[in-house]
Formats: sequence, C-alpha cells, structure tokens
Amino acid sequence: MPRMTMIEAIRSAMDVSMERDDDVVVFGEDVGYFGGVFRGTQGLQQKYGKTRCFDAPINESGIVGAAIGMAAYGLKPCVEIQFADYMYPAYDQLTQEAARLRYRSNGDFTCGITVRMPTGGGIFGGQTHSQSPEALFTHVCGLQVVVPSNPYDAKGLLIASIENPDPVIFLEPKRLYNGPFDGHHDRPVTSWAGHPLGEVPAEHFVVPLGKAVVRRPGSAVTVLAYGTMVHVAEATAEETGIDAEVIDLRTLMPLDLDTIVTSVKKTGRCLVVHEATLTSGFGAELAALVQEHCFYQLEAPVIRVAGWDTPYPHAQEWDYFPGPARVGRALRDLMEA
Amino acid sequence: MTDGQRLSLHVPEPEVRPGGKPDFSNVPIPKAGSVRRPEVDVDPKEIRDLAYSIIRVLDREGEAVGPWAGSLTPEELMEGLKHMMLLRVFDSRMLMAQRQGKTSFYMQHLGEEAVSCAFRKALLPGDMNFPTYRQAGLLIAGGYPMVEMMNQIYSNDADPLKGRQLPIMYSSKEFGFFTISGNLATQYVQAVGWAMASAIKNDTKIAAAWIGDGSTAESDFHSALVFASTYRAPVVLNVVNNQWAISTFQGVARGGSGTFAARGLGYGLPSLRVDGNDYLAVHAVAKWAAERARRNIGPTLVEYVTYRVGAHSTSDDPSAYRPKEESEAWPLGDPVIRLKNHLIRIGAWSEERHKQMEAEIRDTVVAAQKEAERHGTLHSGGRPSMRDMFEGVYAEMPPHLKRQRQQAGV
Ligand SMILES: Cc1ncc(C[n+]2csc(CCOP(=O)(O)OP(=O)(O)O)c2C)c(N)n1
Repeated sequence: MPRMTMIEAIRSAMDVSMERDDDVVVFGEDVGYFGGVFRGTQGLQQKYGKTRCFDAPINESGIVGAAIGMAAYGLKPCVEIQFADYMYPAYDQLTQEAARLRYRSNGDFTCGITVRMPTGGGIFGGQTHSQSPEALFTHVCGLQVVVPSNPYDAKGLLIASIENPDPVIFLEPKRLYNGPFDGHHDRPVTSWAGHPLGEVPAEHFVVPLGKAVVRRPGSAVTVLAYGTMVHVAEATAEETGIDAEVIDLRTLMPLDLDTIVTSVKKTGRCLVVHEATLTSGFGAELAALVQEHCFYQLEAPVIRVAGWDTPYPHAQEWDYFPGPARVGRALRDLMEA
Repeated sequence: MTDGQRLSLHVPEPEVRPGGKPDFSNVPIPKAGSVRRPEVDVDPKEIRDLAYSIIRVLDREGEAVGPWAGSLTPEELMEGLKHMMLLRVFDSRMLMAQRQGKTSFYMQHLGEEAVSCAFRKALLPGDMNFPTYRQAGLLIAGGYPMVEMMNQIYSNDADPLKGRQLPIMYSSKEFGFFTISGNLATQYVQAVGWAMASAIKNDTKIAAAWIGDGSTAESDFHSALVFASTYRAPVVLNVVNNQWAISTFQGVARGGSGTFAARGLGYGLPSLRVDGNDYLAVHAVAKWAAERARRNIGPTLVEYVTYRVGAHSTSDDPSAYRPKEESEAWPLGDPVIRLKNHLIRIGAWSEERHKQMEAEIRDTVVAAQKEAERHGTLHSGGRPSMRDMFEGVYAEMPPHLKRQRQQAGV
C-alpha cells in the first residue's frame, strides 16, 4: 500500500474524486497552476484541465458563493480557503446560505460543497494563521464538520465529504500535514512514513462521516480529542502511564455520541482536549453531552484542556498550544478527583 | 431565446510560465513626461484616461521630465535614495535572519521600495496609513527606529508588540502606521472610516489605504470604494500592483480588461496610474492625491505599477510559477538604480559616493541588528513573558482570564 503524508492523502482524495466524477471541481486561491500554498492540489490542473481546477481571485466570499451556485447547478465543488483564519469573509455565504439551501427551498436546491481549510497552530503562524474555528461551524444547523487526524482518515473522510449531498467544512490540522505531532515542540518532527495510518490505499475508499474511532483503548479515563490533539492525547497517555482511552472524534457534526457514551460509561471519567479557545468552544458541547448521558456513571466532573481565551500569540505559541504537560496535569487531576 | 451554443469557461492565465521567455512588450508604457498633470480639483470625468495610462517622470537617461517633475529638491531626493537603500539592506539582513532561524517568517520589498518610501514624504504628522505587509518603507522613511522593527521581527522581550504579532506586522500610532492584520483588505475600508472621522471632527488629518493587486478582489476593497465615494472621505486609496499575488498573476483579480485604477471610475473617483519604480513620479502623484484629500476635495485611487522581484514571503518559491528571468525583463527597471542615475545626472551624486553610502548603510543596519539581537531572537535569549499573552485582550482582565493565567502558572 502506498505511504502518504496527510497532504498527499488529501490530494489523492481529490484526484480520485475528480477521476470518478466529472462534476467534481476544485478551486481556490493559488490552487490551480501552483497547486496550493500547502501543495494540496498539486498536479490536479495539469491532469484535469484548468476548468476543473483553477485559481480563484482572493475573495473567500466569492469562492464559497460561487461554489454554492455551482452546487445548485449540480456540480460538486471542493474549494480551498487558504487558511481557516480567512474564512470569515465567507462566513455569511457558509452559514446563512450554504447551510440553509436545502431547508429553505424544501430540497429544491441543495448544496453539496466541500470547503477545505488548514487550521490550528504549532507553525508560528501568529494570530491570523493559527485559528481553530470549528465551534463557529458546529453551531450552524445544516453544516457538517470534519477534522481528520491522519493520512488514512484524511483521504477517506475527504472523499466522503465530496460525495456528501450537503455542505461539509473540512478542517485540516496543518501541523499534521507532514507528520504526526505529539505536542513536543522541541523534538524533531517525525514523519508519517513510519506510522500505520500513513499507509493509504491509492484507490477510492471512504471513511464514513459521523463515526468516531477509539485510537487507544483504556479503562481509567476517556479522552475526547480530534485533529492534532489526538496525538497529544496518545502521547500523554503513554508518558503518564494513565490507562486512558483516547477517542478520535473525526467528525464533530454529526457527532458519534454512542462511541463517546459507551466509553465514558466504562471509564467513569472524561477529559476533553482541543486547541481552540476554551470558552464556548466545542469542548463545552462535549462536556454537556457527557454529563447529560453519563451523569450517574461519572466519578469526577468532566475537565477541558484547551487554548487560552486569548488570540493566538506568535512568540508564546508553545505555551498556548495544549501540549502533553498541560494535558498530563489535567489527566492526573482527573484521576485524583 | 437560446441558439443552443455550447458555453465554455474562461480561466485567465499569465503570458508565460517557468521555462518560457518573459515578454512585457505588450505592456503599454507611455514615455516619461507624456502624461498631463491636471489641477487637483479637476472633474474626475475629465481624467478618465489617467486610469489607463502611467504617469512617469524619470526617463531612460535619468532625466526628470514632464509636468509631474519637480516636486522634490535634490536634498530630498538624496534622502529618498537613502531610505530605499536602507529598506533594501534591512530586507536582506532580515531575510538572512529568517534563514538562520532567528525568526519564523519575513516578507521583503525588493523592487517596490519607491512606493512606500516616496509616498511617506507626502504625508504630514498626524496622518494615518492603513498598510498591508509590504509598506515598511512608510516606517523607514518616517524615521521609525529600525531596532524596534527588528525587535518586532524577533519577537524578543523588547518587541513593542510583546511577541503577539507575526513578524513584519508592525504597529505605531505615533508614526502613522495602523496595526497590520493578516487578513487581507480589512484595513482598506477602515482607512476610509478613519478619514471620515477626521472629517466628522473637522480635523486636518488625512488617511492612506494600502492594498495589493490580488487583494483588490476582496469585498472590503469594494466596500471602501463605496464609502469613500459616498462620503468623499479625505483618503488616498493606494493599490500596489506588483503583478503577482503569491502564485496568482494580477489578471485573476483584475479580469480581462481595464486596470486596477479603472476600478475607481465606476465610483466617480479620480483614478491615476503611476510608475511605481519611479521615486519622483510616486512622490508627485502622492502629493497630488494628498492635496485633494487635505483640501477636502475628496478621495483618489492610485495604482502603482511595479514588480515583486523577490518571493512573496519566506514560505514561497516563485520559480515554481514564473520564469526566473521575469524580474530582469520588467520594463520599469530598479527604483534604486533609477534614482541613483538621476542624482548622478543632475550632478548631485557619484558612483563613489553611492558605494560609500552603501557601506555606511550596511554598517547602520548591522549595528541595529546587533542591538536588537542583544534582546534575543525568536528562539534564543529574551522572550516576552507568558504573562504578556494574557494581557491586552481587554482593557481590564476579566476574571476568567485571570483564572487561566494562574492556571498557566504566571
Ligand atoms: C482574507 C485573506 N485571504 C487570503 C490570505 C492569504 N494571502 C496572504 S498574502 C496573499 C496574496 C496577496 O497578494 P497581493 O494583494 O497582490 O499582495 P502582494 O503580496 O503581491 O504584495 C494571500 C492570498 C490572507 N492573508 N487573507
């Protein structure tokens, strides 16, 4: 089986989709000739021609708005917003328009678009290249929100997103593009090559949306994570020796509540980890659901570890990013509670 | 009615790609001195042609010619040359610092030095620029200390922005430099708002908005034009057309016809194009537009025709999308060399003095760099404290942030 980095897997997902279905079109800033600033679309224009993969003007609202129109026609646009931080100009189109087309037209018009965007920190991007805006989307009825944590899932989930008849926000933790990252900023970057999930089928396959996966079985505490934090959680479990069950949510909307509840009922404890700002973050939703469904099995309050409630700072980003030290402290607190 | 014709999508492409031979022969460049200079209170309808031409002062021989010449004295031109050379050396040192791992990122101005350096000299204390990331010349020509700029780039403990901002995203109210956002175009309409405020308060200050050719595609650019024309705000709306937006050529933002300046015509704005590599022309046009704003006549849209010689940023490799020789083929030349030749031509300068100044400037910049590095660089030495991370989100730190700060142990 071929080995792929996450960015290669993402590219392969678009390639396979474009090959199978002429209705799939790909566009965005710098995605055409150049193949994207992170190289996610490299080679697609050369292979499928410039009317199926092309550069868009720097106008996020235009990119998403045009994609909506194309979807209304019957195409399946998969568009790129260069950084998640730049989706705000497109926010109206995403939330008021894409999300509601099906509902407000009673199915007369639908919006099968996929909006890819690199998210998250760990690359010294400062406040406008590091944001994790997932909660802004999960709050919006009609959107689906996907966050892969490895090459295999990235490909399978992206194909599933492109084939999905409704709008999907596909958030790509850019820190994971070239290798897994466990939160130890001072260690050399490891590559996907040695990782089992770096083995990705070359052909078409899907990882269904709405299904979480247990990445690391355990019995003492459940850790809910997605994206980069899955690797931080796994590393922390190893380092602390705490028998944590790490669940990779993969899709935040729709959420796989069954997998979460089954695990928390078994372990009796739950830690939620995300990079995004704490307050009103997606972790609040997870904590509420867990207490609602597992209250009588819980042996301690649900704890959240998240980014601080500040914009993402450039110089202090290693302190902002929830790393194994903070996650480990929370795990120990949780076990003692 | 339809005749059933099959449609096809037009996707614009640049003339040449890597491996091809750069050719700017189809870029119409009027002779220096050939474009007229209207009165500042001209009816915009009468100068629509200026949105399609290019105002130029310096000719091939280094002579300053035509109606736009003469806005600066030889002493002022010498100073301008020095600013551009400072910016160029500053860029090359900081680029190298990034490669040495002393900072995370850098963006240079190579080839575009005249635009911000000359424009700055048309402003008065109190005026406000709303820049993007390629106008550090506004700070250099405005006398802002280079050490402070470097401290910002290094995110060290003397960084005026406490390590919060990406390198090169400076901010100085005192020096008329609005804090830079990474989100393109947002500043453009804010500049108009600032200018409107100055008018509301019957003040005398004007604003200058800055944007790149690619970013003019953003809705905020168009919002700015609407507000500026509706309220006749005292603002100069600058578009720096350096031909490239990362890998995307300017034709993608501009569309098949017209110019960026011509975008202003639909709004009734006087709209000019100027040779962005001609320090004298840039200054003359900036002065003209600033005067319109100052005399309460209204906004002006100015397109600077230039070329981004360097990479977009330290994360970019332009050889992947344009011929390597393209910058050499750029017909408007190098702004530093053009001004230098002009000064030599008028007998105010010589090659020897130029060499000497180059050496002096290098020493100045190296000394500033040493001083900045005494405070540390991104990965070594003094860093802003983690406490700083929690400050300044609000005027007063709310309880939940105080709790988080304690949790972080600072
Ligand atoms: C809203 C937004 N979208 C996308 C980006 C990513 N981006 C940064 S610079 C850039 C190109 C800008 O080109 P241009 O305006 O021509 O300025 P230049 O870099 O050529 O000076 C892009 C797409 C961004 N910073 N903000």
